[in-house]
Amino acid sequence: MDTATLAKHIRIHALNMTSRGGSSHIGAALSAADLLAVLYGQILRVKPDNPHWEARDRFILSKGHAGAAVYATLAECGFFPVNQLETHYQNGSKLSGHVSHKGIPGVELSTGSLGHGLSVGSGMAYGAKLDEKTYRVFVLLSDGECDEGSNWEAILFAAHHRLDNLVAIIDYNKIQSLAPVAETLALEPFAEKWRSFGWEVVEVDGHDHAEISAALQRVPFATGKPSCLIAHTVKGKGVSFMENTVLWHYRTARGEEFEAAMRELEEA
Amino acid sequence: MRDSFIKRLTILAEHDPRIMLLTGDLGFGVLTNYAKQFPRQYLNVGVAEQNMTGLATGLALEGRIVFTYSIANFPTLRCLEQIRNDACYHGANVKVVAIGGGFSYGSLGISHHATEDLAIMRALPDITVVSPGDRWEAAEAAEAIAYTPGACYLRLDKSFAPETRGEQEQFTLGRARTVREGQDLTLIATGGILEVALAVAERLASELLIECRVLSMHTIVPIDHEAIRLACEQTQGIITIEEHSIYGGLGSAIAEVCMDEGWQPHIFRRLALRAGFSSVVGDQHYLRHVYGLDEESLYTLALDSFLAAKGRVKTHDQGELQLQF
Repeated sequence: MDTATLAKHIRIHALNMTSRGGSSHIGAALSAADLLAVLYGQILRVKPDNPHWEARDRFILSKGHAGAAVYATLAECGFFPVNQLETHYQNGSKLSGHVSHKGIPGVELSTGSLGHGLSVGSGMAYGAKLDEKTYRVFVLLSDGECDEGSNWEAILFAAHHRLDNLVAIIDYNKIQSLAPVAETLALEPFAEKWRSFGWEVVEVDGHDHAEISAALQRVPFATGKPSCLIAHTVKGKGVSFMENTVLWHYRTARGEEFEAAMRELEEA
Repeated sequence: MRDSFIKRLTILAEHDPRIMLLTGDLGFGVLTNYAKQFPRQYLNVGVAEQNMTGLATGLALEGRIVFTYSIANFPTLRCLEQIRNDACYHGANVKVVAIGGGFSYGSLGISHHATEDLAIMRALPDITVVSPGDRWEAAEAAEAIAYTPGACYLRLDKSFAPETRGEQEQFTLGRARTVREGQDLTLIATGGILEVALAVAERLASELLIECRVLSMHTIVPIDHEAIRLACEQTQGIITIEEHSIYGGLGSAIAEVCMDEGWQPHIFRRLALRAGFSSVVGDQHYLRHVYGLDEESLYTLALDSFLAAKGRVKTHDQGELQLQF
Protein backbone atom coordinates (compact mmCIF):
# COMPACT_ATOMS: atom_id res chain seq x y z
CA MET A 1 0.00 0.00 0.00
CA ASP A 2 1.43 3.42 -0.88
CA THR A 3 1.73 5.93 1.92
CA ALA A 4 -1.01 8.19 0.52
CA THR A 5 -3.52 5.36 0.66
CA LEU A 6 -2.27 4.34 4.10
CA ALA A 7 -2.71 7.89 5.38
CA LYS A 8 -6.21 8.04 3.93
CA HIS A 9 -7.15 4.76 5.63
CA ILE A 10 -5.68 5.95 8.94
CA ARG A 11 -7.81 9.09 8.79
CA ILE A 12 -11.00 7.21 7.91
CA HIS A 13 -10.41 4.67 10.68
CA ALA A 14 -9.61 7.40 13.19
CA LEU A 15 -12.82 9.26 12.36
CA ASN A 16 -14.87 6.07 12.58
CA MET A 17 -13.23 5.03 15.82
CA THR A 18 -13.57 8.34 17.64
CA SER A 19 -17.13 8.91 16.45
CA ARG A 20 -18.31 5.39 17.21
CA GLY A 21 -16.74 5.47 20.63
CA GLY A 22 -17.64 9.09 21.38
CA SER A 23 -14.01 9.85 22.15
CA SER A 24 -11.93 13.00 21.65
CA HIS A 25 -8.71 13.90 19.89
CA ILE A 26 -9.71 13.46 16.24
CA GLY A 27 -7.83 16.68 15.46
CA ALA A 28 -4.60 15.25 16.87
CA ALA A 29 -5.05 11.95 15.03
CA LEU A 30 -5.62 13.65 11.67
CA SER A 31 -2.63 15.88 12.27
CA ALA A 32 -0.30 12.90 12.78
CA ALA A 33 -1.72 10.61 10.07
CA ASP A 34 0.80 11.47 7.35
CA LEU A 35 3.76 11.14 9.70
CA LEU A 36 2.56 7.70 10.77
CA ALA A 37 1.90 6.61 7.18
CA VAL A 38 5.42 7.51 6.09
CA LEU A 39 7.00 6.03 9.21
CA TYR A 40 5.25 2.67 8.90
CA GLY A 41 5.11 2.69 5.11
CA GLN A 42 8.72 3.56 4.36
CA ILE A 43 10.96 4.16 7.33
CA LEU A 44 10.51 1.81 10.28
CA ARG A 45 12.14 -1.60 10.13
CA VAL A 46 9.38 -3.65 11.70
CA LYS A 47 7.84 -7.06 11.08
CA PRO A 48 4.10 -7.18 11.70
CA ASP A 49 4.21 -10.98 11.90
CA ASN A 50 7.03 -10.80 14.45
CA PRO A 51 6.31 -7.72 16.55
CA HIS A 52 9.06 -8.50 19.10
CA TRP A 53 11.75 -9.00 16.45
CA GLU A 54 14.85 -7.93 18.30
CA ALA A 55 16.35 -5.77 15.58
CA ARG A 56 13.14 -3.82 14.95
CA ASP A 57 13.10 -0.06 15.14
CA ARG A 58 11.29 1.14 18.25
CA PHE A 59 8.44 3.57 17.75
CA ILE A 60 6.90 5.39 20.69
CA LEU A 61 3.82 7.54 20.43
CA SER A 62 4.47 10.00 23.24
CA LYS A 63 1.35 12.00 22.37
CA GLY A 64 -0.74 9.07 23.51
CA HIS A 65 -4.02 10.87 22.81
CA ALA A 66 -3.50 10.19 19.10
CA GLY A 67 -3.79 6.49 19.93
CA ALA A 68 -6.60 5.92 17.44
CA ALA A 69 -4.26 6.84 14.60
CA VAL A 70 -1.57 4.44 15.81
CA TYR A 71 -4.02 1.58 16.30
CA ALA A 72 -5.32 2.23 12.77
CA THR A 73 -1.78 2.26 11.39
CA LEU A 74 -0.81 -0.97 13.11
CA ALA A 75 -3.98 -2.71 11.97
CA GLU A 76 -3.53 -1.54 8.38
CA CYS A 77 0.06 -2.80 8.48
CA GLY A 78 -1.08 -6.22 9.65
CA PHE A 79 -0.11 -6.23 13.34
CA PHE A 80 -3.70 -7.19 14.25
CA PRO A 81 -6.99 -7.51 12.38
CA VAL A 82 -8.53 -4.31 11.05
CA ASN A 83 -11.95 -5.25 12.38
CA GLN A 84 -10.57 -5.04 15.92
CA LEU A 85 -10.54 -1.27 15.44
CA GLU A 86 -14.34 -1.34 15.81
CA THR A 87 -13.87 -2.08 19.51
CA HIS A 88 -11.92 1.13 20.13
CA TYR A 89 -13.09 2.92 23.29
CA GLN A 90 -15.81 0.30 23.83
CA ASN A 91 -16.40 -1.49 27.11
CA GLY A 92 -14.22 -4.57 27.31
CA SER A 93 -11.92 -3.48 24.48
CA LYS A 94 -8.13 -3.56 24.51
CA LEU A 95 -7.97 -0.35 22.50
CA SER A 96 -8.12 2.46 25.03
CA GLY A 97 -8.39 6.13 24.14
CA HIS A 98 -4.71 6.64 24.92
CA VAL A 99 -2.40 4.08 23.45
CA SER A 100 -1.78 0.94 25.52
CA HIS A 101 0.55 -1.98 24.84
CA LYS A 102 -1.46 -4.58 26.76
CA GLY A 103 -2.55 -7.20 24.29
CA ILE A 104 -1.77 -5.01 21.29
CA PRO A 105 1.10 -6.23 19.11
CA GLY A 106 3.30 -3.44 17.83
CA VAL A 107 2.81 -0.94 20.65
CA GLU A 108 6.17 -0.46 22.41
CA LEU A 109 5.01 1.84 25.15
CA SER A 110 1.73 2.83 26.74
CA THR A 111 1.37 6.55 27.05
CA GLY A 112 -1.33 9.11 27.73
CA SER A 113 0.29 11.35 30.26
CA LEU A 114 2.50 13.68 28.27
CA GLY A 115 6.26 13.95 28.63
CA HIS A 116 7.06 10.27 29.17
CA GLY A 117 7.97 8.93 25.74
CA LEU A 118 11.24 10.72 25.10
CA SER A 119 12.81 9.53 28.36
CA VAL A 120 11.86 5.92 27.79
CA GLY A 121 12.99 6.22 24.16
CA SER A 122 16.31 7.66 25.35
CA GLY A 123 16.72 4.65 27.64
CA MET A 124 16.12 2.31 24.70
CA ALA A 125 18.55 4.27 22.53
CA TYR A 126 21.20 4.33 25.27
CA GLY A 127 20.76 0.57 25.70
CA ALA A 128 21.28 0.05 21.98
CA LYS A 129 24.52 2.05 22.13
CA LEU A 130 25.78 0.00 25.08
CA ASP A 131 25.01 -3.26 23.30
CA GLU A 132 26.07 -2.02 19.89
CA LYS A 133 22.68 -2.81 18.46
CA THR A 134 21.53 -1.17 15.28
CA TYR A 135 17.88 -0.47 15.97
CA ARG A 136 16.73 3.12 15.99
CA VAL A 137 14.22 4.76 18.28
CA PHE A 138 11.56 7.13 16.94
CA VAL A 139 9.44 9.15 19.36
CA LEU A 140 6.46 11.17 18.14
CA LEU A 141 5.62 14.13 20.37
CA SER A 142 3.03 16.85 20.20
CA ASP A 143 3.86 20.52 20.44
CA GLY A 144 1.77 21.14 23.55
CA GLU A 145 3.55 18.19 25.10
CA CYS A 146 6.78 20.18 25.00
CA ASP A 147 5.40 22.23 27.89
CA GLU A 148 6.31 19.27 30.08
CA GLY A 149 9.66 19.80 31.76
CA SER A 150 10.47 16.10 31.71
CA ASN A 151 11.00 16.34 27.93
CA TRP A 152 13.75 18.86 28.43
CA GLU A 153 15.48 16.56 30.89
CA ALA A 154 15.49 13.92 28.15
CA ILE A 155 16.56 16.43 25.51
CA LEU A 156 19.59 17.34 27.63
CA PHE A 157 20.38 13.69 28.23
CA ALA A 158 20.15 12.51 24.62
CA ALA A 159 22.45 15.24 23.38
CA HIS A 160 24.94 14.76 26.21
CA HIS A 161 25.19 11.06 25.40
CA ARG A 162 25.28 11.64 21.64
CA LEU A 163 22.31 9.39 20.97
CA ASP A 164 22.25 9.62 17.20
CA ASN A 165 20.04 6.53 17.11
CA LEU A 166 17.21 8.59 18.62
CA VAL A 167 14.77 10.60 16.53
CA ALA A 168 12.21 12.97 18.02
CA ILE A 169 9.41 13.92 15.65
CA ILE A 170 7.27 16.89 16.62
CA ASP A 171 3.74 17.03 15.29
CA TYR A 172 3.81 20.82 15.34
CA ASN A 173 0.22 21.72 14.58
CA LYS A 174 0.39 24.92 16.66
CA ILE A 175 -2.77 24.18 18.65
CA GLN A 176 -2.94 22.60 22.06
CA SER A 177 -5.83 21.52 24.19
CA LEU A 178 -7.47 24.86 25.00
CA ALA A 179 -5.81 27.42 22.76
CA PRO A 180 -3.07 28.02 20.21
CA VAL A 181 0.42 27.12 21.42
CA ALA A 182 1.60 30.69 20.86
CA GLU A 183 -1.03 32.00 23.27
CA THR A 184 -0.49 29.30 25.89
CA LEU A 185 3.24 28.80 26.34
CA ALA A 186 5.10 30.00 23.30
CA LEU A 187 7.62 27.49 21.97
CA GLU A 188 9.28 29.74 19.40
CA PRO A 189 12.01 29.91 18.43
CA PHE A 190 11.34 26.20 18.64
CA ALA A 191 13.96 24.76 16.27
CA GLU A 192 16.56 27.00 17.84
CA LYS A 193 15.74 25.60 21.26
CA TRP A 194 16.41 22.05 20.10
CA ARG A 195 19.57 23.13 18.29
CA SER A 196 20.88 24.97 21.32
CA PHE A 197 20.32 21.79 23.36
CA GLY A 198 22.59 19.93 20.95
CA TRP A 199 20.14 18.29 18.55
CA GLU A 200 20.30 18.40 14.78
CA VAL A 201 17.01 19.75 13.51
CA VAL A 202 15.25 19.42 10.18
CA GLU A 203 11.92 21.08 9.44
CA VAL A 204 9.40 19.69 6.96
CA ASP A 205 5.82 20.05 5.87
CA GLY A 206 4.30 17.29 7.99
CA HIS A 207 1.75 16.43 5.31
CA ASP A 208 4.15 16.19 2.39
CA HIS A 209 5.09 12.53 2.23
CA ALA A 210 8.07 13.04 -0.05
CA GLU A 211 9.54 15.65 2.27
CA ILE A 212 8.95 13.59 5.42
CA SER A 213 10.35 10.48 3.82
CA ALA A 214 13.42 12.18 2.41
CA ALA A 215 14.21 13.65 5.80
CA LEU A 216 13.68 10.45 7.78
CA GLN A 217 15.68 8.40 5.32
CA ARG A 218 18.76 10.34 6.24
CA VAL A 219 18.67 10.03 10.01
CA PRO A 220 20.81 10.66 11.90
CA PHE A 221 20.84 14.16 10.53
CA ALA A 222 24.32 14.52 12.04
CA THR A 223 26.60 11.83 13.38
CA GLY A 224 26.89 11.95 17.14
CA LYS A 225 23.75 14.01 17.62
CA PRO A 226 20.14 13.06 18.24
CA SER A 227 17.80 14.06 15.42
CA CYS A 228 14.73 16.25 15.70
CA LEU A 229 12.22 16.44 12.89
CA ILE A 230 9.90 19.38 13.34
CA ALA A 231 6.91 18.55 11.18
CA HIS A 232 4.73 21.56 10.53
CA THR A 233 1.23 20.19 10.49
CA VAL A 234 -2.38 21.27 10.50
CA LYS A 235 -4.54 20.11 13.34
CA GLY A 236 -7.57 18.28 11.94
CA LYS A 237 -5.86 17.92 8.54
CA GLY A 238 -8.15 16.49 5.87
CA VAL A 239 -11.49 17.74 7.14
CA SER A 240 -11.97 21.38 6.19
CA PHE A 241 -14.09 22.39 9.15
CA MET A 242 -11.78 20.68 11.63
CA GLU A 243 -8.59 22.22 10.32
CA ASN A 244 -6.79 24.71 12.54
CA THR A 245 -9.48 24.80 15.18
CA VAL A 246 -9.20 24.35 18.91
CA LEU A 247 -12.69 22.88 18.98
CA TRP A 248 -11.77 19.53 17.42
CA HIS A 249 -9.20 18.65 20.04
CA TYR A 250 -12.08 17.42 22.17
CA ARG A 251 -15.24 17.45 20.03
CA THR A 252 -16.63 14.23 18.61
CA ALA A 253 -18.08 14.23 15.10
CA ARG A 254 -21.68 13.00 15.11
CA GLY A 255 -24.61 12.99 12.71
CA GLU A 256 -24.25 15.44 9.85
CA GLU A 257 -20.81 16.50 11.00
CA PHE A 258 -19.63 12.91 10.86
CA GLU A 259 -21.16 12.41 7.39
CA ALA A 260 -19.58 15.59 6.05
CA ALA A 261 -16.17 14.74 7.52
CA MET A 262 -16.27 11.20 6.16
CA ARG A 263 -17.23 12.48 2.71
CA GLU A 264 -14.20 14.75 2.64
CA LEU A 265 -11.84 11.99 3.78
CA GLU A 266 -13.18 9.47 1.31
CA GLU A 267 -13.07 11.89 -1.60
CA ALA A 268 -9.54 13.01 -0.85
CA MET B 1 22.21 0.20 55.16
CA ARG B 2 23.32 2.25 52.22
CA ASP B 3 26.80 0.78 52.36
CA SER B 4 25.44 -2.76 52.70
CA PHE B 5 23.26 -2.14 49.68
CA ILE B 6 26.13 -0.85 47.53
CA LYS B 7 28.38 -3.67 48.65
CA ARG B 8 25.84 -6.28 47.59
CA LEU B 9 25.04 -4.44 44.38
CA THR B 10 28.73 -4.49 43.51
CA ILE B 11 28.76 -8.26 43.84
CA LEU B 12 25.61 -8.55 41.74
CA ALA B 13 26.97 -6.26 39.03
CA GLU B 14 30.14 -8.29 38.82
CA HIS B 15 28.22 -11.47 38.11
CA ASP B 16 25.37 -10.08 36.07
CA PRO B 17 26.02 -7.58 33.27
CA ARG B 18 22.29 -6.78 33.15
CA ILE B 19 22.57 -4.96 36.48
CA MET B 20 22.73 -1.21 36.06
CA LEU B 21 22.73 1.69 38.50
CA LEU B 22 21.40 5.13 37.61
CA THR B 23 21.86 7.94 40.08
CA GLY B 24 20.18 11.30 40.13
CA ASP B 25 23.47 13.01 40.92
CA LEU B 26 23.57 11.78 44.51
CA GLY B 27 25.76 9.34 46.39
CA PHE B 28 28.86 11.46 46.95
CA GLY B 29 31.80 9.23 47.80
CA VAL B 30 29.57 6.19 48.07
CA LEU B 31 29.23 5.23 44.43
CA THR B 32 32.77 6.08 43.35
CA ASN B 33 34.15 2.55 43.49
CA TYR B 34 31.09 1.04 41.84
CA ALA B 35 31.29 3.62 39.05
CA LYS B 36 34.96 2.94 38.48
CA GLN B 37 34.53 -0.80 38.48
CA PHE B 38 31.48 -0.94 36.23
CA PRO B 39 31.48 2.05 33.89
CA ARG B 40 29.08 0.31 31.52
CA GLN B 41 26.69 -0.45 34.36
CA TYR B 42 26.63 2.99 35.92
CA LEU B 43 25.24 6.31 34.86
CA ASN B 44 24.85 9.64 36.62
CA VAL B 45 21.85 11.06 34.78
CA GLY B 46 21.97 14.44 36.46
CA VAL B 47 19.39 16.05 38.71
CA ALA B 48 16.48 14.74 36.68
CA GLU B 49 14.48 12.05 38.40
CA GLN B 50 11.62 11.93 35.91
CA ASN B 51 14.06 11.30 33.10
CA MET B 52 16.00 8.85 35.26
CA THR B 53 12.90 6.72 35.79
CA GLY B 54 11.91 6.88 32.13
CA LEU B 55 15.45 5.97 31.08
CA ALA B 56 15.44 3.10 33.54
CA THR B 57 12.21 1.83 32.01
CA GLY B 58 13.62 2.03 28.50
CA LEU B 59 16.77 0.19 29.55
CA ALA B 60 14.75 -2.39 31.45
CA LEU B 61 12.44 -3.01 28.50
CA GLU B 62 15.60 -3.77 26.53
CA GLY B 63 16.65 -6.44 29.01
CA ARG B 64 18.44 -4.73 31.87
CA ILE B 65 17.80 -4.73 35.62
CA VAL B 66 18.01 -1.07 36.49
CA PHE B 67 18.36 0.46 39.94
CA THR B 68 17.46 4.14 40.23
CA TYR B 69 19.19 5.77 43.16
CA SER B 70 18.61 8.98 45.00
CA ILE B 71 17.69 10.21 48.46
CA ALA B 72 14.53 10.88 50.43
CA ASN B 73 11.54 11.64 48.18
CA PHE B 74 13.45 12.40 45.01
CA PRO B 75 13.39 8.94 43.40
CA THR B 76 9.77 8.33 44.40
CA LEU B 77 7.46 11.32 44.75
CA ARG B 78 9.26 13.52 42.25
CA CYS B 79 8.76 10.95 39.50
CA LEU B 80 5.79 9.05 40.82
CA GLU B 81 3.98 9.01 37.50
CA GLN B 82 6.99 7.63 35.66
CA ILE B 83 7.15 4.84 38.25
CA ARG B 84 3.42 4.17 37.84
CA ASN B 85 2.88 4.48 34.09
CA ASP B 86 6.28 3.52 32.75
CA ALA B 87 7.84 1.07 35.21
CA CYS B 88 4.87 -0.58 36.92
CA TYR B 89 2.44 -0.75 34.00
CA HIS B 90 5.05 -2.25 31.71
CA GLY B 91 6.30 -4.69 34.33
CA ALA B 92 9.76 -3.23 33.76
CA ASN B 93 12.66 -4.33 35.96
CA VAL B 94 13.10 -0.91 37.53
CA LYS B 95 14.28 -1.00 41.15
CA VAL B 96 13.75 2.34 42.86
CA VAL B 97 16.12 2.89 45.78
CA ALA B 98 15.62 5.74 48.22
CA ILE B 99 18.41 6.41 50.67
CA GLY B 100 17.20 8.02 53.87
CA GLY B 101 13.83 6.66 54.94
CA GLY B 102 11.84 8.58 57.56
CA PHE B 103 13.94 11.10 59.48
CA SER B 104 17.32 9.78 58.29
CA TYR B 105 18.06 13.27 56.98
CA GLY B 106 16.17 14.90 59.84
CA SER B 107 18.14 18.10 60.19
CA LEU B 108 17.96 18.85 56.46
CA GLY B 109 14.30 19.78 56.75
CA ILE B 110 10.94 18.55 55.51
CA SER B 111 12.01 18.27 51.86
CA HIS B 112 14.28 15.44 53.01
CA HIS B 113 11.83 13.64 55.29
CA ALA B 114 10.55 10.51 53.54
CA THR B 115 7.52 10.02 55.69
CA GLU B 116 4.71 9.21 53.25
CA ASP B 117 6.61 7.09 50.75
CA LEU B 118 5.45 3.70 51.96
CA ALA B 119 1.79 4.69 51.71
CA ILE B 120 2.22 6.20 48.28
CA MET B 121 4.32 3.42 46.80
CA ARG B 122 2.12 0.77 48.39
CA ALA B 123 -0.88 2.16 46.55
CA LEU B 124 0.68 1.55 43.15
CA PRO B 125 -0.30 -1.60 41.28
CA ASP B 126 2.35 -4.17 40.37
CA ILE B 127 5.13 -3.08 42.68
CA THR B 128 7.04 -4.75 45.50
CA VAL B 129 7.74 -2.48 48.48
CA VAL B 130 10.62 -3.27 50.83
CA SER B 131 11.84 -1.47 53.94
CA PRO B 132 14.66 -3.37 55.66
CA GLY B 133 15.29 -3.11 59.40
CA ASP B 134 18.98 -3.96 59.58
CA ARG B 135 22.04 -4.06 57.36
CA TRP B 136 21.81 -7.73 56.56
CA GLU B 137 18.20 -7.29 55.45
CA ALA B 138 19.26 -4.34 53.28
CA ALA B 139 21.85 -6.41 51.45
CA GLU B 140 19.54 -9.39 51.07
CA ALA B 141 16.71 -7.14 49.91
CA ALA B 142 18.94 -5.60 47.24
CA GLU B 143 19.58 -9.03 45.77
CA ALA B 144 16.01 -10.22 46.20
CA ILE B 145 14.47 -7.26 44.37
CA ALA B 146 17.01 -7.55 41.57
CA TYR B 147 15.55 -10.92 40.73
CA THR B 148 11.91 -10.20 41.52
CA PRO B 149 10.20 -9.43 38.21
CA GLY B 150 8.82 -5.94 37.71
CA ALA B 151 9.06 -2.69 39.60
CA CYS B 152 10.31 -2.67 43.19
CA TYR B 153 10.85 0.00 45.80
CA LEU B 154 13.63 -0.27 48.38
CA ARG B 155 13.62 2.19 51.28
CA LEU B 156 16.95 2.35 53.06
CA ASP B 157 17.21 3.91 56.48
CA LYS B 158 20.18 5.59 58.10
CA SER B 159 19.43 3.90 61.40
CA PHE B 160 19.45 0.15 61.67
CA ALA B 161 18.66 -2.49 64.23
CA PRO B 162 21.40 -4.71 65.68
CA GLU B 163 21.88 -7.83 63.65
CA THR B 164 19.69 -10.69 64.80
CA ARG B 165 20.21 -13.03 61.90
CA GLY B 166 20.00 -16.70 62.83
CA GLU B 167 22.76 -19.02 61.71
CA GLN B 168 20.81 -20.72 58.96
CA GLU B 169 18.38 -17.90 58.37
CA GLN B 170 17.29 -17.11 54.84
CA PHE B 171 15.80 -13.82 53.76
CA THR B 172 12.58 -14.12 51.83
CA LEU B 173 10.64 -11.21 50.39
CA GLY B 174 7.11 -11.17 51.74
CA ARG B 175 8.00 -13.20 54.81
CA ALA B 176 8.40 -11.26 58.06
CA ARG B 177 11.37 -12.08 60.23
CA THR B 178 10.76 -13.00 63.84
CA VAL B 179 13.72 -11.26 65.40
CA ARG B 180 12.60 -11.97 68.94
CA GLU B 181 10.26 -14.65 70.20
CA GLY B 182 7.49 -13.91 72.67
CA GLN B 183 3.92 -14.95 73.41
CA ASP B 184 2.51 -11.93 75.23
CA LEU B 185 2.43 -9.15 72.69
CA THR B 186 3.71 -8.65 69.13
CA LEU B 187 5.66 -5.55 68.17
CA ILE B 188 5.85 -5.15 64.41
CA ALA B 189 8.34 -2.70 62.93
CA THR B 190 9.52 -1.75 59.49
CA GLY B 191 12.81 0.03 58.75
CA GLY B 192 15.60 0.94 61.12
CA ILE B 193 13.16 1.80 63.87
CA LEU B 194 13.15 -1.94 64.45
CA GLU B 195 15.93 -1.03 66.89
CA VAL B 196 13.37 0.73 69.08
CA ALA B 197 11.04 -2.27 69.05
CA LEU B 198 13.86 -4.60 70.06
CA ALA B 199 15.04 -2.32 72.87
CA VAL B 200 11.52 -1.95 74.23
CA ALA B 201 10.96 -5.70 74.06
CA GLU B 202 14.10 -6.24 76.15
CA ARG B 203 12.97 -3.69 78.73
CA LEU B 204 9.47 -5.12 79.00
CA ALA B 205 10.94 -8.56 79.53
CA SER B 206 13.54 -7.57 82.06
CA GLU B 207 11.42 -5.12 84.07
CA LEU B 208 7.92 -6.56 83.76
CA LEU B 209 8.14 -10.13 82.53
CA ILE B 210 6.21 -9.22 79.39
CA GLU B 211 7.60 -11.26 76.54
CA CYS B 212 7.16 -9.51 73.24
CA ARG B 213 7.48 -11.10 69.87
CA VAL B 214 9.22 -8.68 67.54
CA LEU B 215 8.70 -8.90 63.81
CA SER B 216 10.68 -7.11 61.17
CA MET B 217 8.11 -6.52 58.47
CA HIS B 218 10.68 -5.71 55.83
CA THR B 219 8.28 -6.32 52.97
CA ILE B 220 5.23 -4.07 52.94
CA VAL B 221 3.99 -5.35 49.59
CA PRO B 222 3.28 -8.26 49.51
CA ILE B 223 2.70 -8.29 53.26
CA ASP B 224 3.03 -11.46 55.32
CA HIS B 225 -0.51 -12.54 56.25
CA GLU B 226 0.63 -15.64 58.10
CA ALA B 227 2.85 -13.72 60.51
CA ILE B 228 -0.04 -11.35 61.25
CA ARG B 229 -2.42 -14.24 61.83
CA LEU B 230 -0.04 -15.87 64.28
CA ALA B 231 0.44 -12.59 66.10
CA CYS B 232 -3.33 -12.29 66.48
CA GLU B 233 -3.82 -15.87 67.59
CA GLN B 234 -0.77 -16.51 69.73
CA THR B 235 -0.29 -13.16 71.47
CA GLN B 236 -2.49 -10.52 73.09
CA GLY B 237 -2.22 -8.40 70.01
CA ILE B 238 -0.19 -6.12 67.84
CA ILE B 239 1.58 -2.79 68.19
CA THR B 240 3.09 -1.41 65.03
CA ILE B 241 5.91 1.11 64.85
CA GLU B 242 7.16 2.93 61.78
CA GLU B 243 8.98 6.17 61.00
CA HIS B 244 6.23 7.17 58.63
CA SER B 245 2.87 8.87 58.57
CA ILE B 246 0.04 7.16 60.41
CA TYR B 247 -1.82 7.16 57.10
CA GLY B 248 -1.30 4.27 54.80
CA GLY B 249 1.97 2.74 55.98
CA LEU B 250 2.83 -0.39 57.95
CA GLY B 251 0.13 0.01 60.60
CA SER B 252 -2.54 0.64 58.02
CA ALA B 253 -1.46 -2.33 55.95
CA ILE B 254 -1.63 -4.64 58.96
CA ALA B 255 -4.97 -3.24 60.09
CA GLU B 256 -6.36 -3.90 56.63
CA VAL B 257 -5.21 -7.50 56.75
CA CYS B 258 -6.78 -8.03 60.19
CA MET B 259 -10.11 -6.51 59.15
CA ASP B 260 -10.22 -8.27 55.81
CA GLU B 261 -9.40 -11.65 57.31
CA GLY B 262 -11.64 -11.27 60.33
CA TRP B 263 -8.76 -11.60 62.78
CA GLN B 264 -9.34 -9.67 65.98
CA PRO B 265 -6.31 -9.01 68.13
CA HIS B 266 -7.20 -7.89 71.69
CA ILE B 267 -4.68 -5.12 71.35
CA PHE B 268 -4.14 -3.14 68.18
CA ARG B 269 -2.21 0.11 68.35
CA ARG B 270 -0.16 2.02 65.82
CA LEU B 271 2.84 4.19 66.62
CA ALA B 272 3.52 6.49 63.68
CA LEU B 273 3.65 10.18 62.79
CA ARG B 274 0.46 12.06 63.51
CA ALA B 275 1.68 15.63 63.66
CA GLY B 276 1.74 16.72 60.03
CA PHE B 277 4.94 18.23 58.70
CA SER B 278 7.90 17.79 61.00
CA SER B 279 9.34 21.26 60.98
CA VAL B 280 11.39 20.88 64.16
CA VAL B 281 15.11 20.73 63.38
CA GLY B 282 16.96 17.69 64.61
CA ASP B 283 18.61 14.40 63.79
CA GLN B 284 16.82 11.09 63.39
CA HIS B 285 16.85 10.11 67.06
CA TYR B 286 15.95 13.58 68.25
CA LEU B 287 12.98 13.77 65.91
CA ARG B 288 11.81 10.32 66.99
CA HIS B 289 11.76 11.67 70.52
CA VAL B 290 9.95 14.88 69.54
CA TYR B 291 7.30 13.06 67.55
CA GLY B 292 6.73 10.20 69.93
CA LEU B 293 8.46 7.39 68.10
CA ASP B 294 11.19 6.74 70.65
CA GLU B 295 11.69 3.96 73.19
CA GLU B 296 9.82 5.77 75.91
CA SER B 297 6.75 6.26 73.72
CA LEU B 298 6.62 2.65 72.59
CA TYR B 299 7.31 1.37 76.09
CA THR B 300 4.46 3.38 77.54
CA LEU B 301 2.08 2.45 74.75
CA ALA B 302 2.92 -1.24 75.01
CA LEU B 303 2.61 -1.30 78.77
CA ASP B 304 -0.64 0.66 78.87
CA SER B 305 -2.16 -1.50 76.16
CA PHE B 306 -1.09 -4.69 77.81
CA LEU B 307 -2.37 -3.55 81.20
CA ALA B 308 -5.68 -2.54 79.68
CA ALA B 309 -6.04 -5.98 78.12
CA LYS B 310 -4.82 -8.12 81.02
CA GLY B 311 -5.64 -5.98 84.04
CA ARG B 312 -2.34 -6.73 85.74
CA VAL B 313 1.30 -7.39 84.97
CA LYS B 314 3.91 -9.12 87.10
CA THR B 315 7.10 -7.20 87.70
CA HIS B 316 10.56 -8.64 87.82
CA ASP B 317 10.89 -8.14 91.58
CA GLN B 318 7.84 -10.38 92.32
CA GLY B 319 5.57 -7.36 92.50
CA GLU B 320 2.57 -6.50 90.37
CA LEU B 321 1.36 -3.57 88.30
CA GLN B 322 -2.38 -3.16 88.21
CA LEU B 323 -4.61 -1.27 85.88
CA GLN B 324 -5.53 2.06 87.52
CA PHE B 325 -9.07 3.30 87.00
